[in-house]
Parts: sequence; C-alpha cells; structure tokens
Amino acid sequence: MALKVIQPGLLTTIQDLGRPGYFHLGIPIGGAMDRMAMRAANMLVGNDEAAAGLEAVFMGPELEFSSDATVAVTGAEIPILLDGEEQPGWTGFPVKAGQILKFGFLKAGARAYIAVSGGIDTPPALGSRSTYAIGALGGIEGRAIASGDELPVGASGRVEAGATISEKLRRMSSSPTELRVLPGLYWHRITETAQAGFFDDEWKVAPEADRMGYRFRGGKPLDFVEREAPFGAGSDPSNIVDGCYPYGSIQVPGGTEPIVLHRDAVSGGGYFMIGTVISADMDLIGQLQPHMPVKFVEVSMEQALKARSDRSKVLQGMRESLG
Amino acid sequence: MKTRYSFGGDEHIFVEVDEEMSLDAFFKSLSITGAVADLNINGVTEICPANASFQIKFDPDVISPDDMLNELKKLESAAESSEKRIATRIVEIPVFYNDPWTHETLMRFRERHQDPDGTDLDYAARINGFDSAEGFIEAHHSNPWFVSMVGFVSGLPFLYQLVERERQLQVPKYLRPRTDTPKLTVGYGGCFSCIYSVRGAGGYQMFGITPMPIYDPEQKVSYLKDFMVFFKPGDIVKWKPIDRAEYDRILEQVEAGTYEPKTAKVDFDLEAFNADIDGTNRKLMEALNGA
Repeated sequence: MALKVIQPGLLTTIQDLGRPGYFHLGIPIGGAMDRMAMRAANMLVGNDEAAAGLEAVFMGPELEFSSDATVAVTGAEIPILLDGEEQPGWTGFPVKAGQILKFGFLKAGARAYIAVSGGIDTPPALGSRSTYAIGALGGIEGRAIASGDELPVGASGRVEAGATISEKLRRMSSSPTELRVLPGLYWHRITETAQAGFFDDEWKVAPEADRMGYRFRGGKPLDFVEREAPFGAGSDPSNIVDGCYPYGSIQVPGGTEPIVLHRDAVSGGGYFMIGTVISADMDLIGQLQPHMPVKFVEVSMEQALKARSDRSKVLQGMRESLG
Repeated sequence: MKTRYSFGGDEHIFVEVDEEMSLDAFFKSLSITGAVADLNINGVTEICPANASFQIKFDPDVISPDDMLNELKKLESAAESSEKRIATRIVEIPVFYNDPWTHETLMRFRERHQDPDGTDLDYAARINGFDSAEGFIEAHHSNPWFVSMVGFVSGLPFLYQLVERERQLQVPKYLRPRTDTPKLTVGYGGCFSCIYSVRGAGGYQMFGITPMPIYDPEQKVSYLKDFMVFFKPGDIVKWKPIDRAEYDRILEQVEAGTYEPKTAKVDFDLEAFNADIDGTNRKLMEALNGA
C-alpha cells in the first residue's frame, strides 16, 4: 500500500508525535504542531495515536491511493474532496484503490492532519518518522513531500469508517486567540511598564511563522532594565550568554518582535526570553495564520497545570467517544 | 556565581548557573546535569547542559514542577564540591580561513553588518586590537577550545577558548541575522566560536570553513557511522589553519571514507588549568601531536 503524491501542497510533511531525547544535541522533538489533531486523526482510522500522518500547512496535497484504506482529516477547516466528492472533517471515511484525495481552499486554522489506516511507514530516524527539514532528518529524505513521491503505508486490519469526533471536543480558537503564558526566565530584564504592556497589547502573527517558531508584531517595543553586559553575552540588552530555549519560550531579539519557539525549535541561543507559552496552548499556535490577532494572557503555574489537565480530559473524552 | 532557577512553562526548568561565561559555571552545570542523568529521575525527558546554564524538560504528569525543582536544588550543593575534572578528547579541526564561500555570503549580507565596507575578519581583528586579520586568525587558532554547549541546530558546537579572560576574543553578532550561512562555516559571536553543522540562518561573524562534516543524518561519513552528531560538551578542539589545496584534499578523503579526524584522549582538570593555563594547553597539544 502506498500514497502517490500528485501535488504536494505548499509544505506538507510527514509527522508523528516527535523524537524526544535529542534536544541536548540541537535536534528538537518535532512532530505535529497540533498534537491533539494528529492524535484524533489517528484514532479515527484505528491507528496508534503516535502513528505518522501528514501535516499540510495552508494548502492540502493531492494524493492517489494504491489500495483501499480509511482516511481522516482533522485540524484546519478545509474542504476534503475524494474524486471531487466532499467528505466530512474529523471523521473516518473509506477510500478505494485508485481514488484521488484533494483539498479546497482553507477556511479556518492553518494545518490539516491526514491520517491513513496503517499509518505512513517511512523508516524512523532516531525513533520517529517526523520530518525535521533543517537537519534533513526523518520523513522522506528529511524533506517535505514532493510530486512523484510514493509514501509507504503500513499494514492495517479492517477499519470501520464513519467514526467521528463531536464538535464540542474540537478546539476552536477565539479572535483574538488567547495564548496563556507563564512569565519567567529573563522576565526581570524588562521594566514593569514593558511587562504590563506585553500582556495589554494586541499582537499579530507575522509572516515569519513556521515549525521552528512563530513571530509576532504590533505591540510596543519592550524597555529593558539597565545592566552591565555580563561577560560573553554580547552588548545588546536582549543578549544572554547562549543558553537553552524551552519549547514555547518567548524570545524578543532587540526587544521588538516576540518569537514563540515551537516543535522544531532551535535548542538554544543568545537571546533573552520573557516567559513560556503553557503546554496546553501549544497546539493552538499551530493553527494560527499570519496577520491573526493574538493576546498573551498571564497565568500561574497552578493555572498552567489545571489547563494541562483539562486538555488531557478532552483527549480522554475523544478516546472514550470512539470506544 | 549565583544560581537562578526559573520555570519555562509547565514542562521545563531553566537554571542559570551564572550570568557570565566561565569554565567554572560550565563545569558546575555539567556536574549537575550529569547527576540528574545518574539519578534517573522518573519524568525527566531531556537534560540539556549549556555554556553557563542548563535546562531540564520534564513531564509534570509524572513529577510535579515543585518536586522537580527540589531535586535540582539538592544536587546543586553536591555539585559545588564535586571534582572539576573530565576524561575527554582533543580533536584537530582543519579550518580554511578567509575562504571564498563564506566571503561570498558575508558580502551578500553586508548591510546587516556593523562594518558594511569591510569583512567579518577585518572587523573582528580591528575591534580586538589586532593590526591585521592574520594576527587575529593566529590568536583564534593558537590555543585550544572547549566545547561548552551543543545545540541551536543539529549538532552545532559552541566553543570557548582556553585562555584567561584578558586574552578572550569578543565580537558582536550581526546587527540582523543572515538568512543564509554555508554549511560548516566557522563562526564567532560574543566570546564563542561555533561550527554551523547545516546550511541556514545565522548571526555569528564568519571567519572560515572546515571540510570536515560534523553532522550526517544519513551516517555515510566514516567517523559518523556510530552516531550522526560528532561533538559533545567537554570535547576539546584545536583549529588547524589549512589552504585551498589541503581543503580540497580533505574533502576528497571525506568523500572516499578515508578521513579520520586527528584525535587524542586527554584528561582536563579545571584547577590545574586555572593554575597554569599555558602549561595545561602545552600538555593538551603534546597529546594531540603524539596521536
């Protein structure tokens, strides 16, 4: 069984739940930007939640199936067309050998997840099939899929099509999207006025938004607390002695445009960070398009953990609803 | 040195051992991260040592953030008294300084540089008080370097020169980062040298290029067959200046699978180093040259 790539879309990559354990060497965890959507797509086609599928950003690919399969598309809202006939999102649907799956224009969100019964079966690299393009690792030759690629699909038992995830379990982002942030790291490096301004201002997603990180603009520049530059840090007030970056951490080079690091994060560098987007809201970032408005909302660790546990309950709810 | 702990969201603890760079801070960070690894704490998913700081990623569903923090604080006091000595290796890395490829790239991004009319090497030489780029290049390769962090992208080493602070070379990063850097560029920012393991964006000044791959996801390079990343924190590096002919020769050897980096096993003791820097470096070089 294989998927033949007729058109790859804008940037479609093979992703799973990532490769933990190599961040100390600069190799990030990677994997689906919107983890919950990837898990859901896999559940709907009877796969292990950690199976590999496709992550398509802004535009869907065009794929031809060599054998029968069950397919589900989750995440972004995008018309799903099987031989021209529209299929429901967040629902497993049957595909016959020779049929062609393609997509219409994106309506909402940014990334669609395509799972196929059996899962994409390219060779794992460091324990994961996720594509880390910067390091040419995983996926197909470490790159996005291209026209003419044949994507191998693993064996699967008979999967009943028709499973669906109810709308109340799907996450809809509000406008502006609220991203909850635990302040910390080098938060003390900016003035109290700048701290308040960061949370008061409305930011917009900048065009530089990808798997490594999302840049934001539109808020006021952050003023720094005066200091004498520590040895080895560099002279700019936003410089630190190169250190590690947490996933979700918010660095602000020069104090102007915040960058939130995502699944393909650089593991470290010389820019100070003012806090970290909490784990429960990382998926939301993966569904943001450029120019969309965003508010950063300050939370405590207690609230962050509560939000995390709420997300786990939603995931558990999905599993239970599919029996 | 004052250790500062901070949570990076609900999944990370960031620990700044010191605000400024020093080998003492590095060794303390290495000692604590080593102890975390030895303890095999349930819920710890990533242990990342850095130059003068480190980071632990954990699963808060398995270990609570406060418990994780307390575990680290317990290890800090033990690290104070632990020996600052490691068994490591010294590796000779050939560098073609002032090469045509980084030169082409730095000219392309001149408007992002502090000195749009010069080159990165000329600028670095001038602000560090050298009369010429040649003098600066000599200072760059005449004493060995210590890999104090691996990261940014795949297997990229940050290196700190094994000399006293007065002799450290310092340069700022580009005013605005470049969108391109040739693969295997030898770069410089702050007090750190680096080798860009892959082609891509970068903000460090560019001085030269090495023909020796240090990251190979396909693991075809002879000395990267066991693992795709060459460097680890604690490695010691000696740059060896080479010319175009030698660069081409090494490239051919790498292609043919016959290139082996010149390497020797050494012990590095921070106290001995601090007591006699030139003597320690001489011994390191004797070990390398005897290899």
